[in-house]
Amino acid sequence: MVDALYAVLQRPNFLAVVIIFLWGFYIMVTRYNLVKKLIGMYLIQTSVIFFLVSISAKKGATVPVLLSTTEPVKAAIYENPLPHVMTLTAIVVGVATLGVGLALCAAIYQEYGSLDEEEILKRLE
Amino acid sequence: MIFSYEIPLILLTLATAAGAIWVKDLISSVLLLGTYSFFLSLVWAWLGAVDVAFVEAVVGAGLATVLFLLTLFKTDPKDTRLRRPPPSLATLIVFPLLGVLLLYAASDLPEFGDPNSPASVHISPTYLERSYQDTHTPNVVTSVLMDYRSLDTMVETVVIFASGIACALLLRRKEK
Repeated sequence: MVDALYAVLQRPNFLAVVIIFLWGFYIMVTRYNLVKKLIGMYLIQTSVIFFLVSISAKKGATVPVLLSTTEPVKAAIYENPLPHVMTLTAIVVGVATLGVGLALCAAIYQEYGSLDEEEILKRLE
Repeated sequence: MIFSYEIPLILLTLATAAGAIWVKDLISSVLLLGTYSFFLSLVWAWLGAVDVAFVEAVVGAGLATVLFLLTLFKTDPKDTRLRRPPPSLATLIVFPLLGVLLLYAASDLPEFGDPNSPASVHISPTYLERSYQDTHTPNVVTSVLMDYRSLDTMVETVVIFASGIACALLLRRKEK
């Protein structure tokens, strides 16, 4: 138990990721407003991306842009570039899905005149 | 080792995320979410992921905030529910349990910043060492994104296109 607590305190990034992930998930489950739910979804997306970015960090390393193009490259002085590439794709796709969700919200509001889940259910009947 | 300068930035990120969650006026909530994105991109720049930080600052803090605001201007910018109902018993049990499980997994993770963690020793040194010979681009992220994984990036535009079509169809239905 103490070991697990120590391991968490050694990794403040991971603690922040878990807190943001759970906040976003909790908001998606418990709030009735559809835009609030989308805010929760955005928090979940960014927390997962934060986790991947933290995995790519190396102690004492610099950004993955080669300092010299003529000498042979020492891989230990650059960050791991592969998670960065994955997360670039994930951010753009995440915002695209967010746009679709917001367009759905606007269409729902046009149809039912409310963004509240229970109001919409009431008007559906 | 704890990254000392990172802690204040992470605290700011958590504070703005909490604000975005608790504020009832949705426009303030969305603006706080934009601030959250910006602080998060600062954290990522601190961790050395500058490309990701740029994209998050432009797409996350800029474009996502604009999309949220456009939606709110066309709809209802207030969270109409003044009194929130208490969460059900299942959520009160499941969420702390999930949190404890996730934190319990922390001891199995490699230490953040460890140069010998599995993600950093398997294939990524090969990409770093050979990318300049193969693609003649000093930025390794660009060379992987635009050269080694160019098909992936090209098909990603199909995803963006599909979501654009979906938005256009949904909003055209609105005009009638």
